[in-house]
Amino acid sequence: MSRSLDAIYTIWLREMLRFIKSKSRIVGSGGQPLVWLAIVGVGLGTAFGLHIGSSSISYLTFVSPGLIGMTILFSSMFAGVSVIWDRQFGFLKEILVAPVSRLSIVLGKIAGSSTIAVMTALLILVIVAAIGVIPLSMLSVAGILEAIVFMFLASMTFVSIGLIIAALINNIESFQVLMNFFVMPLFFLSSALFPITGNVPAWLFDLAHIDPLFYSIDGMRASLIHFSTYPIYVDGAASVAFTIVFIAIATALFKRIEGK
Amino acid sequence: MQNTNAIELKALRKEFKVNGGKFVAVDGISFTVKEGEIFGLLGPNGAGKTTTISMLTTILSKTSGSVKICGFDVVREKEKVRELIGIIFQDPSLDDELTARENLDFHARLYGVKEDKKSIIEDVLRLVELEEYADRQVKTFSGGMKRRLEIARGFIHHPKVLFLDEPTIGLDPQTRRKIWSYITRLNKEKNLSIILTTHYMEEADELCDRIAIIDHGKIIKMGTPEGLKSSFGGDVIRIGTKEKKELHTLLKKVSGIKNIKESETGIEISGNDGSRLMPIIAKAANKNKLEIDYMTVKRPTLEDVFIGLTGRDIRDESASSKDVLRAFTRGRHR
Repeated sequence: MSRSLDAIYTIWLREMLRFIKSKSRIVGSGGQPLVWLAIVGVGLGTAFGLHIGSSSISYLTFVSPGLIGMTILFSSMFAGVSVIWDRQFGFLKEILVAPVSRLSIVLGKIAGSSTIAVMTALLILVIVAAIGVIPLSMLSVAGILEAIVFMFLASMTFVSIGLIIAALINNIESFQVLMNFFVMPLFFLSSALFPITGNVPAWLFDLAHIDPLFYSIDGMRASLIHFSTYPIYVDGAASVAFTIVFIAIATALFKRIEGK
Repeated sequence: MQNTNAIELKALRKEFKVNGGKFVAVDGISFTVKEGEIFGLLGPNGAGKTTTISMLTTILSKTSGSVKICGFDVVREKEKVRELIGIIFQDPSLDDELTARENLDFHARLYGVKEDKKSIIEDVLRLVELEEYADRQVKTFSGGMKRRLEIARGFIHHPKVLFLDEPTIGLDPQTRRKIWSYITRLNKEKNLSIILTTHYMEEADELCDRIAIIDHGKIIKMGTPEGLKSSFGGDVIRIGTKEKKELHTLLKKVSGIKNIKESETGIEISGNDGSRLMPIIAKAANKNKLEIDYMTVKRPTLEDVFIGLTGRDIRDESASSKDVLRAFTRGRHR
């Protein structure tokens, strides 16, 4: 047991060390959503009008939790899939021959990557609160803590999905294609950029419900800006379920990875 | 269990499915490696060496047969086996972004090395003479330095059996000799059992107590380097003389000579232990007043044995994307 915790910590530590050393990654993962906010947020906000539905919430406020979700989606998915690079450059073998359980390898990878994703997401939350995009009057300590739970759940889910993809595909070339056909729909269906309620066509509404990110963003909206499709406990339950299922699948597939 | 063997292979077999058919990479290999022994797997490219090592080190499943490391089954007792072995892979397996010390620290933690972790890391860095570079990122290292770091890493958790897959491939002669000396030191000082694959004959000759030559997934010859060489017909002695006929008749009576034949400038004989035969021949010739101009002895090299057994054809391995990448990363960091 303590051996497994050591292994999880070791793999977590490696993710941290790599992140700290890579300056471009820090700038990239934090900068991208802010660029989106500045251009897409302002642009679409102007086109749609200032308020979402009949609420008094501005488009920029509405889109902020969505862009936090986007940060988590991209950074977690990418971190999970980065196992492909570890395999190409041989480091995965070093991990695979170690006398530690495959579950602790998966959990270590998830812990490290989620820590990074959530830290980046929090940084964005601080920035949007500081510039007043999410008014301070909306925020509460409880609300922020709830949002952090949703961030972690989303991140763990998407790191797992990344690991699953890495276990299933063998080359870097197919990775780009997959990212475009898979990640972008996940993002657009998540309600990050526009509200998904009864007002969208039924097929779009239904599809959004198999997107884990939909519940994460809805949950973050519920806790941060008090505007959501579902009550927070629905989003919470769905997020927990997705997280458990995908960690289980990732671990099962990881056991089959061979070092050849 | 008295005297457990370090490695015990019985009828090990691995098949890969290729386009509907199957390809047998390892075709029923059996051998044992004793404790404290350095055992070499020699073979041309694509002979099945790395596949064998991958199965021995628990990262590739076998099709059939049995493998035991220090008495533990590699399938049923994976984790126990993983604790007992150290591996230096054919391809680099370091995290380039981390420093040398961080790579070693990662390894020590994964293997549960807690006591004296710091001093063990210092020790292994000193062993491979990298202490000055300990805090540099591995991506700044040359191929040889990376190799040395990997050897240091493979030894941190005090394994009982060390696997080295092509330990000196692509390295310059100086680095190669250094690595040989680390390997023999680990073997002598810690009584470490070592199994290595190589296709460098001098390497196998220099390091190994015993060698198995493997080709097309089968062991075609096994023995000590000396044994393999003498089984290949022994030494060749060339004698320069003008009195060929006379010497020929005389030599027929000398024991230990296997084959005598006359050449343009003299006589060529073969036999075991040529350096002992030479003075005997000289004495006999002297006694009979036959004049010998010169004598040379040539020992067959392991390479002669290897080529004799595996043929002269070049083995073209179809380059997988991994090989291409390997060539690329090697070329870049040399």
